[in-house]
Amino acid sequence: MIMEIVLIVLGIMILGGGIMVIVSKDIVGAIIASGVVSLLASIIYLIVGAPDVAMTEAAIGSGLTTVVFLFAWSRIKQLRDADAIPESDSDTAGGISVDPDLNQNRKLTENQEADNA
Amino acid sequence: MLKRLLTIALMVALAASFFPLMSSIRDRADVGPLAAEYLEDGASDLGAANLVTAVVVTYRGLDTLGEVTVLFAAAAGIALVFQFIRRNREGDAVGQPMEGCGWEELPCRIEASEILKTASGILLPLFLMFGVYIFTHGHLTPGGGFQGGVVIASAILLAFLAGSIRELRHSMVEILEMLAGAGYVAIGLLGIWLAAGFLDPRFLPAGEFGALFSAGAIPVIYSLVGIKVGSELSGVIDVMRRKA
Repeated sequence: MIMEIVLIVLGIMILGGGIMVIVSKDIVGAIIASGVVSLLASIIYLIVGAPDVAMTEAAIGSGLTTVVFLFAWSRIKQLRDADAIPESDSDTAGGISVDPDLNQNRKLTENQEADNA
Repeated sequence: MLKRLLTIALMVALAASFFPLMSSIRDRADVGPLAAEYLEDGASDLGAANLVTAVVVTYRGLDTLGEVTVLFAAAAGIALVFQFIRRNREGDAVGQPMEGCGWEELPCRIEASEILKTASGILLPLFLMFGVYIFTHGHLTPGGGFQGGVVIASAILLAFLAGSIRELRHSMVEILEMLAGAGYVAIGLLGIWLAAGFLDPRFLPAGEFGALFSAGAIPVIYSLVGIKVGSELSGVIDVMRRKA
């Protein structure tokens, strides 16, 4: 009886987490929520007597998948920022930019190109 | 608005089409004939204390080989895609080393905190040992090659985050992966020659039930799978965290 209540509560939490993943506007939050869903699922597997599956779900589902998603998201952001620079460069010619490191490099190469020409 | 309505209608239709399947699910008191066979003969046949591992590695050994192959293909695909991105950006200003970083491949990172560094010194060996424990004891306790391999990969991730290692040596990862994969197939072939068929682990003695060296070649196979999965996933993490 108690186990059933625990299972139902866990199931409701999984549903809530799943809805949060879809609805959330914050990508990092959504990734973390999907990891939490996997972790709760692994607890359910453990309760219903499948420790092997529970271990796989906890290690791969909530551990590695979350990390890979976070890496992928940071890469996407990086590439997007890198692509956005030329436009912002022309907008704020010589002005203040968001990312000084990247912009400085970009300007250095531009100067070199100008010299070569 | 129309798109939203269409989405909802589609979801309702999907739920309705799966409803008969879901409503017919009942708790089963008995197991199917195939599962009954595994349960009755598995323990005496193979001498593995953890029957799940016995089924995964021997009776369904071909499926496991397929899973390992799929994982290999996925890891190779990720490496290929990220290499492609890197090559496309070569010569781009973004790809050049940044000022004050001194590291060509890796982007400037925030230095790991003192807590993380100190804790990783203590936790890292424990993580690695636990991963090895999981896959060497796969035939005795829950767990096995895949789980142990992922734990090892997470230990490598911890080392990356703490800054203990800067990058993996790719030749080492490749050699480990290659030897483990080839060893897995070689053991499967040994099964054909010395036992009943492909991936039959009974060419090694079954040993004492519940001992570490028992259940024929099951621990060997799962250790090889663990090494392969661990090195592959560590390679994936390494490729993904490098500068694109």
